[in-house]
Amino acid sequence: MSAASPVEVEPTLTPDEITFLAKPWVTLVWDDPVNLMSYVSFVFQKYFGYDKAKAEKLMLEVHTEGKSAVSTGTREEMERDVQAMHEYGLWATMEKAT
Amino acid sequence: MSGFEHHRKSDRVIATFSGFEADLLRSLASQMVELLRNERAEPAAPTADAFEALMAEFSGATSPPEDPVLARLFPTAYPDDEEAASDFRRFTEGGLRDGKAAASGLVIDTLEDAGLPPELTEEGLVIDVELTSGEAETWMRAFTDIRLALATRLGVEAGDEEYWHSLPDDDPRAQAHDIYEWVGYLQETLVEALTS
Repeated sequence: MSAASPVEVEPTLTPDEITFLAKPWVTLVWDDPVNLMSYVSFVFQKYFGYDKAKAEKLMLEVHTEGKSAVSTGTREEMERDVQAMHEYGLWATMEKAT
Repeated sequence: MSGFEHHRKSDRVIATFSGFEADLLRSLASQMVELLRNERAEPAAPTADAFEALMAEFSGATSPPEDPVLARLFPTAYPDDEEAASDFRRFTEGGLRDGKAAASGLVIDTLEDAGLPPELTEEGLVIDVELTSGEAETWMRAFTDIRLALATRLGVEAGDEEYWHSLPDDDPRAQAHDIYEWVGYLQETLVEALTS
């Protein structure tokens, strides 16, 4: 028989940092002077299944901030999303979520 | 010219083009197909790295296309990780190219099925186009690629409309920009027709 020995949790780590899951990735869509606002919003609704309000919010973020994180997930999922955005002619990249 | 609309009864997206307009759309779509097929998915400098060249030959490109239009159509997915960007490109660019060529191909086929002859000679020809919502979406993607290509060649930037409108009418760049705006107008009506 054994007893659990007392372990001290490192107090400087927050719960987010000690999760064993891989850090998620994000798909970024960047602003370009060509694609129509209505089209970008349509793509976000169609591909991601977002409602109109969310799609327009993200589209406006792309337009005013220059980019927007439009989806979050595993690296494989984000590669699929980036590929789909390229299929629709949107300028998309991916990076590790910060 | 009135663009696309949703025909409620048949649930189709419809548009009527003059022979000239249909011929122009076919020409733009054909140029897109040619561009996608002509510059092979190869590294920008095939001799620079024999291994990379070999990989491209077997399984797809690993570095961004030289042509700025193609570079815009197939952006670098990982801006800060060259190796991951190469892998992504190798696995996706070929399929994306085929999909884009097929989208512009559908535009050409639809126009020709609707009565656009190989050579436009007849005056007063009218081309009625009827699309399912799936086909309309494919047209939308083709229009996007065509607009991205025109804008990249012209150097279109945000808020530069005044510059383009200040060019003399007979300036070929002004004419190309008019076409770019016209396809944008069609695109807008297409989105509206699909969301109405």
